[in-house]
Amino acid sequence: MKLPIVATQPVLTVNGVQKLYAINRGCQDVNFSLYPGEVLGIVGESGSGKSTLLHCLSGQTPPDSGDITYHSHAGEAHNIYTINEAKRRLLMRSEFGIVKQHPRDGLRMRVSAGANIGERLMAVGDRHYSHIRQVATDWLEQVEIDAERVDHLPSEFSGGMQQRLQIARVLATHPRLVLMDEPTGGLDVSVQAKILDLIRALVSELNLSVIMVTHDLAVARLLCHRLLVMQKSRVVESGLTDQILDDPQHPYTQLLVSSVLTP
Amino acid sequence: MDNIINNARVVNPSTHYNFAYLDEHSKRTIRRGLLKAVAIPGYQVPFAGREMPMPYGWGTGGVQLTASILGTDDVLKVIDQGSDDTTNAVSIRRFFERTAAVKTTTATDQATVIQTRHRIPEQPLKNNQILIFQVPIPDPLRFIEPSETEAQKMHALEEYGVMHVKLYEDIAHYGHIATTYAYPALVNERYVMDPSPIPKFDNPKLHMSEALLLFGAGREKRLYAVPPYTKVKSLDFEDHPFEVQQWEEDCALCGSGESFLDEVIIDDDGTRMFVCSDSHYCAQRVESQENTQVNTQKDIRINTQVKNVPSKKQEIA
Repeated sequence: MKLPIVATQPVLTVNGVQKLYAINRGCQDVNFSLYPGEVLGIVGESGSGKSTLLHCLSGQTPPDSGDITYHSHAGEAHNIYTINEAKRRLLMRSEFGIVKQHPRDGLRMRVSAGANIGERLMAVGDRHYSHIRQVATDWLEQVEIDAERVDHLPSEFSGGMQQRLQIARVLATHPRLVLMDEPTGGLDVSVQAKILDLIRALVSELNLSVIMVTHDLAVARLLCHRLLVMQKSRVVESGLTDQILDDPQHPYTQLLVSSVLTP
Repeated sequence: MDNIINNARVVNPSTHYNFAYLDEHSKRTIRRGLLKAVAIPGYQVPFAGREMPMPYGWGTGGVQLTASILGTDDVLKVIDQGSDDTTNAVSIRRFFERTAAVKTTTATDQATVIQTRHRIPEQPLKNNQILIFQVPIPDPLRFIEPSETEAQKMHALEEYGVMHVKLYEDIAHYGHIATTYAYPALVNERYVMDPSPIPKFDNPKLHMSEALLLFGAGREKRLYAVPPYTKVKSLDFEDHPFEVQQWEEDCALCGSGESFLDEVIIDDDGTRMFVCSDSHYCAQRVESQENTQVNTQKDIRINTQVKNVPSKKQEIA
């Protein structure tokens, strides 16, 4: 996999983040930096703390300790839990994008596809109907949904289409950092492949930085430049994806890699 | 038909209740809430709502506000959908005649306090008048954001982008903004407010209103206010500006082409007519026309076999 040109300024720096619900339940001692255009995968078994970490990163769960710093395009550093709430929420709906595992959690199911995409635009101040609509139809085409269906409800879409719509909705405001929680979980393999293709194309096209939680190593291999392997709330191994998957060092990673079913 | 409308039936003031039904302490807490509401236009102030001798949804919020601000020298007008003589309006007016012994009127210009459900009178209000709205659901974000905590946070942080989602949907489906009542408006460039289910026809009257506008939601126990001379802007899109309803007909009774019209079915064959929803405004116009000339509209009206028409129309006929 082609690595992006490493920029000197990271998008996100995570320093000593800890959020524990019980001993070794949650996440602790997490440190990493994410650079523009980079896709970071977080892998590990259920309960290893992947989602807790993602919640901390997305401003939803304040960590017990540690700092999460976002570096804006202008070069300003924002510690996302010490800036005021108004600023944090603005950051979350403009520069961050969060793709949920279940499209139902990330979409408004009772309003049309167009309004779903348009909502983020309106949330950052767009008040021009025709423009919003134009952006919405453009994005539907980008994610390979027929633009004719701009006025259809997401509930009339298939699972894969809903997920693509969610991605369009998140990306409509051009966030710099996208957080994804198992974006292809629960979809059948051919639909999965389509979405992975789409994500990969969009990432390189828009120079997105992505943090993706997954337990599917095949997804990780396809999309991620770098991996963090988590077990029992700690990062047990980190490095380049190929390196980790082809030559795992930690016993848990070795187990993980050897457990993958190959058809 | 003017300010001495109620001389037909003498209402004996009750001596069993405190002035205007509520006890003085309750009224004072509500007035304190109102002061805060006036100080922060459009902000929903929680208040300790009392049980009133009427069901929720019948104007308990408005009644509590009226009770709290009413003085012995006030003149009260109560309207329901613009009309002075529908059940709700009559009942509430009687309620205050009995419990507060205040003078009541149907004349908009003579009232000092007007309690209303779903309309703003056609006749412009003056700065010595107070208009009290009955509000069912005070939070305009309710239909978009089910979580109350989150909705309050959105108000606090001025996150009103989602308010436009509904308007977007209207245009996408109908080609224009189809929301016709309870049309959200931005008050004093800060809080988005639900102006209660008044038709959007009345929204422009909120802007720079001379009268003090008070809103009370009894079930939700919230009150809010638009002080006199406050900017109130109805939400819209740059390329789909806010517009009010228009009718092809004029009022069948008074011939007004500027008032808000109700469509009334007048017989079993579905024959319909359009009449002013503001009964006092309409009656006043009819009266002045009768005084000056033979009213052709009236002839038409008499020739129509009027059945099932709300009492106000029969009264005029």
